[in-house]
Amino acid sequence: MSDYAVETNMSKGSFGEEYLSLGRNKLVEMFRTMVLIRRFEEMAAKMYSMQKIGGFLHLYIGQEAVAVGSVAAIRDDDYMITAYRDHGHAIARGTDPKLLMAELFGKYTGTSKGKGGSMHFFDASRNMLGGHAIVGGQIPLGTGIAFKIKYRREDKVCLTYMGDAAVNQGTFHESLNLAALWKLPVVYIVENNLYGMGTAVDRASAVTELYKRGCSYGIEGMVADGMNVFSVYDAIKEAAKKARELSLPTLLEIRTYRFRGHSMSDPDSIYRTKQEVEEEKQRDPIEQMKKFLLEEKIATQKEIDDIDAEVKKVVAEAVEFAENSSEPPLESMYDDIYVS
Amino acid sequence: MPEITYREALNQALAEEMERDDSVFIVGEEVAQYQGAYKVTQGLLQKFGPERVIDAPISESGFTGLGVGAAMVGLRPIVEVMTFNFSLVAFDQIINNAAKMRHMSGGQLKVPMVIRGPNGSAHQLAATHSQSLESFYSHVPGLKVVMPGTPKDAKGLLKSAIRDDNPVIFMESEVIYGMKGEVPEGEYTIPIGKTDVKRQGKDVTIVAYARMLGVALNAAEILAKDGIQAEIVDPMTIRPLDDEPILESVKKTNRCVVITEAWPFAGVGSEIAFRVSSKAFDYLDAPVELVSSEDVPMPYSKTLEHNVLPTPEKIVNAAMRVLYNSKDPGKSED
Ligand SMILES: Cc1ncc(C[n+]2csc(CCOP(=O)(O)OP(=O)(O)O)c2C)c(N)n1
Ligand SMILES: [Mg+2]
Repeated sequence: MSDYAVETNMSKGSFGEEYLSLGRNKLVEMFRTMVLIRRFEEMAAKMYSMQKIGGFLHLYIGQEAVAVGSVAAIRDDDYMITAYRDHGHAIARGTDPKLLMAELFGKYTGTSKGKGGSMHFFDASRNMLGGHAIVGGQIPLGTGIAFKIKYRREDKVCLTYMGDAAVNQGTFHESLNLAALWKLPVVYIVENNLYGMGTAVDRASAVTELYKRGCSYGIEGMVADGMNVFSVYDAIKEAAKKARELSLPTLLEIRTYRFRGHSMSDPDSIYRTKQEVEEEKQRDPIEQMKKFLLEEKIATQKEIDDIDAEVKKVVAEAVEFAENSSEPPLESMYDDIYVS
Repeated sequence: MPEITYREALNQALAEEMERDDSVFIVGEEVAQYQGAYKVTQGLLQKFGPERVIDAPISESGFTGLGVGAAMVGLRPIVEVMTFNFSLVAFDQIINNAAKMRHMSGGQLKVPMVIRGPNGSAHQLAATHSQSLESFYSHVPGLKVVMPGTPKDAKGLLKSAIRDDNPVIFMESEVIYGMKGEVPEGEYTIPIGKTDVKRQGKDVTIVAYARMLGVALNAAEILAKDGIQAEIVDPMTIRPLDDEPILESVKKTNRCVVITEAWPFAGVGSEIAFRVSSKAFDYLDAPVELVSSEDVPMPYSKTLEHNVLPTPEKIVNAAMRVLYNSKDPGKSED
């Protein structure tokens, strides 16, 4: 087991000075994106309670550093694919919040023309290949995307995200074996937020250190701290390098936490205590990053406040755009079923 | 008779059958500690303990197959799928193992299990989470498919399904879990494979099942205002289909509309329409009409979703067409 299960950089990703080398612009942009995701989702929750948004709405609040840290560590032409808790990934990738809010509203101007909703954010122009709602369903797809990268000898990598509960689906195991057998440039990212709906990891997985599951397939396992954007960034950098240079897969477990219920209708008090949630909130990834920016004098409090105000405006404009957009025409239900 | 919800009726059936037979156990996602994703298994963990009410990881293929195996050697598993959309992950276990075991073993083995959960659309859950999959399962010899549309039927049929020695696909509906209805006090069962007439009428036969039963009953009220008496016939079990009462009704009304939430192509609706057309041909005064969901994946948009699904209005229009009473005569040609 020890050959593959590398206990890595839980500690390495500190908030140390070495990250100053990323440059002020990048650091501030990472912070802004996390704040944008947070405010976008707070607004989405509000719109849900006003019944502007329907269906299932799974919020990413608390996990923002995972999407932001990972996207910051790859290139624009790399690929990514994820599950249904996908707002953060699309925003981190740069999709216009207007189009995403319109999708949540089920409007024709939305990213999927009102067909997909919250669980199905796609932006093919940015190589963000979805939001997928069947647990584990996207894992073989990410593997296939990596297959194409190798087939075409491209200098790219595919980030394949999933929740901690998805590792118990057959697709996870089949995919890891294929990726190792055929040496595919894929990074499997398990966003371990400790629960799959109401089921804690230790009630669902016999081996709770999920990164160790790479062993069975000869895939290196790594862990990162999902509340620290730099820990995520470092781990992805390393895994992506291995994918590009050696065409090897990685299984990266990122320890994180969702501050909200599983979806809007989840009474999370059944399976976790208020105290636990409050304790986790002390590690809020946005607050930690803010502290770093202030302490290292990368940004002033005024600049931070300005970012917050600017982001709120972006979100308000997204809502206005969604409100004013038109419903999909009825005939559009027959569109986009086949390529015509 | 007491009025209880469809959900409570199912819950009572589960509790009574677990009480009656200790070979019955329940396995599925969030069935125990969480009290059921849709609260159908509420209280069962407290009553029967964690050995018989078991939370499973998200491994549908694994725990459904485990159910088949346990059934082969004498247990009576109830596998809850959080929704039938996720049963597709276990499709191989159901179609190739559960359905075929009796046949492949030349009658040596049996698979007395129930696979149950909500089927069909709920509200804006989009393409992968809104499917009416009964046609897939009804296609397969070796499976029984049961789809109750009232609390009373839900309880009586679930008890029969649990006692049945064959694999039974038991399809509920999230949208009607909260529906109330009268349920007899005390022990009763409703046999699998028996069609029921839910409303008497002489003018047109409307065949509807599961959640669509309520939609059809609403349509019948609207038709009644125009002086048209619809007879609503509910198969309750899709496979084996008891078509005799449907044919009897059509012989009386001479007109038939079939309702299904599933897609129109190669579906349960077309099977019923075919049987009526072939077995009651001489009695029909109009071609059989099918009101199904539109032939599209379910869109997320509320407006589109509403227009994809069968509605009382669509059913009324179809009834008008078979009565040559259409306010929109152009439509009767399609
Ligand atoms: C195959 C399948 N089974 C069940 C579900 C219902 N479901 C949706 S999300 C979920 C929990 C998934 O948890 P996890 O993978 O940890 O992701 P998280 O929600 O924590 O982001 C369940 C059971 C589903 N969508 N697909
Ligand atoms: Mg989780």
